[in-house]
Amino acid sequence: MSTVISAENVSKSYLIRHERRDGYVTLRDVMVRSARNAAQRGLDLIRGRGYTNGRSQEEFWALKDVNFEVSVGSRVGIIGRNGAGKSTLLKILSRITEPSSGEIRIRGRVASLLEVGTGFHPELTGRENIFLNGAVLGMSRQEIQRKFDEIVAFAEVDRFLDTPVKRYSNGMYVRLAFAVAAHLESEILLIDEVLAVGDVEFQKKCLGRMEGLARSGRTLLYVSHNLTSVSQLCESAIWLENGSVRLIDDANKTVQAYLASGTSASEGIAVFDSVESDKEAFIHSVALRNELGAIACKFDVLTPISVEVRFACRRKFVSWRLFAAVTRSDGITVFSTTTWDYNHERHPIDSGTYVAWLMIPGRLLAESRYLLTVGFGEPPDRRHDRHENCLGFEVTGQAFEYKRSIGMLAYPFQWRIQKEKENATT
Amino acid sequence: MTELAQEIVIRPGHTARHYWSGLWLYRELLWFLSWRDVLVRYKQTTIGVAWALVRPLLTMLVFMVVFSVVARLPSEGKAPYAVLVFAGLLPWFFFASALSETSNSLLANERMITKIYFPRIVIPLSSILVSFVDFVISGFLLLSVFLWFSFYPDWRAVFVPLFGLLALSAALGPGLLMSALNVKFRDFRYVVPFIVQIGLYISPVGYSSGLIPEPWRILYSLNPMVGVIDGFRWSLLAGEFSLYWPGFMASLAINLLLLIAGLAYFRRAERSFADVI
Repeated sequence: MSTVISAENVSKSYLIRHERRDGYVTLRDVMVRSARNAAQRGLDLIRGRGYTNGRSQEEFWALKDVNFEVSVGSRVGIIGRNGAGKSTLLKILSRITEPSSGEIRIRGRVASLLEVGTGFHPELTGRENIFLNGAVLGMSRQEIQRKFDEIVAFAEVDRFLDTPVKRYSNGMYVRLAFAVAAHLESEILLIDEVLAVGDVEFQKKCLGRMEGLARSGRTLLYVSHNLTSVSQLCESAIWLENGSVRLIDDANKTVQAYLASGTSASEGIAVFDSVESDKEAFIHSVALRNELGAIACKFDVLTPISVEVRFACRRKFVSWRLFAAVTRSDGITVFSTTTWDYNHERHPIDSGTYVAWLMIPGRLLAESRYLLTVGFGEPPDRRHDRHENCLGFEVTGQAFEYKRSIGMLAYPFQWRIQKEKENATT
Repeated sequence: MTELAQEIVIRPGHTARHYWSGLWLYRELLWFLSWRDVLVRYKQTTIGVAWALVRPLLTMLVFMVVFSVVARLPSEGKAPYAVLVFAGLLPWFFFASALSETSNSLLANERMITKIYFPRIVIPLSSILVSFVDFVISGFLLLSVFLWFSFYPDWRAVFVPLFGLLALSAALGPGLLMSALNVKFRDFRYVVPFIVQIGLYISPVGYSSGLIPEPWRILYSLNPMVGVIDGFRWSLLAGEFSLYWPGFMASLAINLLLLIAGLAYFRRAERSFADVI
């Protein structure tokens, strides 16, 4: 099969400045720093030392020597933790940013969908935004006109076409935005996690559309945290870790290996380096404790698991929620829960550090390997901190008297057996 | 599908090739973005496009009172003072609004820059076009001023579009420079209003450049807007205004130099826009 994308030794480095966290600088900073550097260099010269350049800057490799090939018509997933370089890779492939070294060759027209609704303007109507967004994504006017009805039908917004999109509901907005992008006519489609938006019904529709696109011979590169959708949609997957390719294989195998690695690396506690960040609220650490209160990563199927989350708020939150989800090693989410699920009353929380415990009862999770995701959010839709699959653990032992395959849950379901009246059977 | 055969090569510094042909491919985006900005600008205003007329008209009245009635500055020959001011005010207004809009354009479209690929120059170009639309609309105001004073330009008026292009290039060079600098150094957000404010006095907007004493005139003409405004006056004042050629050429040269410098800096800086914005 012929290759449409080939990447050779692609690397991307960023300079991290230690004084400031922002990407931009002010002229004053530059002047002060250059004056200081000049003075430093002068001193170094006098003392007979070499230049000590870049004292305040550190190089960070977002991608390092990445090699891969994608053949025509294939569907490739890109997986990895936050900060592994997935988005940087997509940005380089879609030419938003340049690699620092290496080379990529792409044959065909590339359309990238890194965000839904880029270029949408709230004051403009749905109709106007379709044309605008189409142009932003690289469609010609004739192309948009030809697909217009299809786009409107897909988005299900025909009654609101001449309403400014600022009056749209969130769901309508997202549907319209995805619909435009889904009708791009390009040979190669790069998609970054756009399915994380919208309701379940619409997500299914989007996945279906993407599958359809791939079937029609288009090449698809898909970045997602949703491992189930990766293994459903993609044939192969690239696993990135710390900017390098860890594994390229069949999608299912790669997802399995990725999930398994989470388990083996874990020690039952994860501490996040988020104190330095400017997040308004963040999770500091997550630990798993057994019945005896000891930190563990292996649990007996019969005993409860206590998830201990330490988090901090830098301001008062009127509405907030902690989120936790447990995913089985094959990517299926077993359950997810939030502190907001059953109690919608407001419990404002002041700034400070807190600890929360979530109890996973014994005899619930069947024996398998699992991954834990935790997050802190502000309802309805602000996400302040999230650590995807940050902690792995294993549930072992025997849930029942005799060994058998038991499915996802080891829950002791109740049976009731009663003898029916004699005359009913005769 | 001719594009199928086309191969895109991504490597450091490679964007330089096919730069202008790439821009041509995105000409529709340029048009759409300008269209969006024009549409949005007047969508929630009651008098809409009339704003493009009201602003220069009121400024002209103020200038007339201050410079002609209070300061008693002379006009050129038989041309009414209002016509003189108007011929200078229109290109100046265009330049000022184009420069302010352009220098902020990249920051205002941050989302697009970090999420979508397209030639970055499309963004400042589209904001210049939006200002140009206002410029053309307010040009019609000039016609009514001519009618009011019964003063009509002669054959030289055919050169007006040419000087319009010159005004475009005078705004484009510094605009590109400022927009790119603004991405990296947010200080330039404060520099631009300052330039616009000072520029009003060091450009011949409220007075004629003929008032500048001879030895200073060349130095004065290093301001690219001097050439543009003098050009407009020459072509609109029916021979009442004579062009000072050495100054005009100097102004033209600076104009061109700024355009080249702006383009060069923009192209060098645009590679890292998505990383630093």
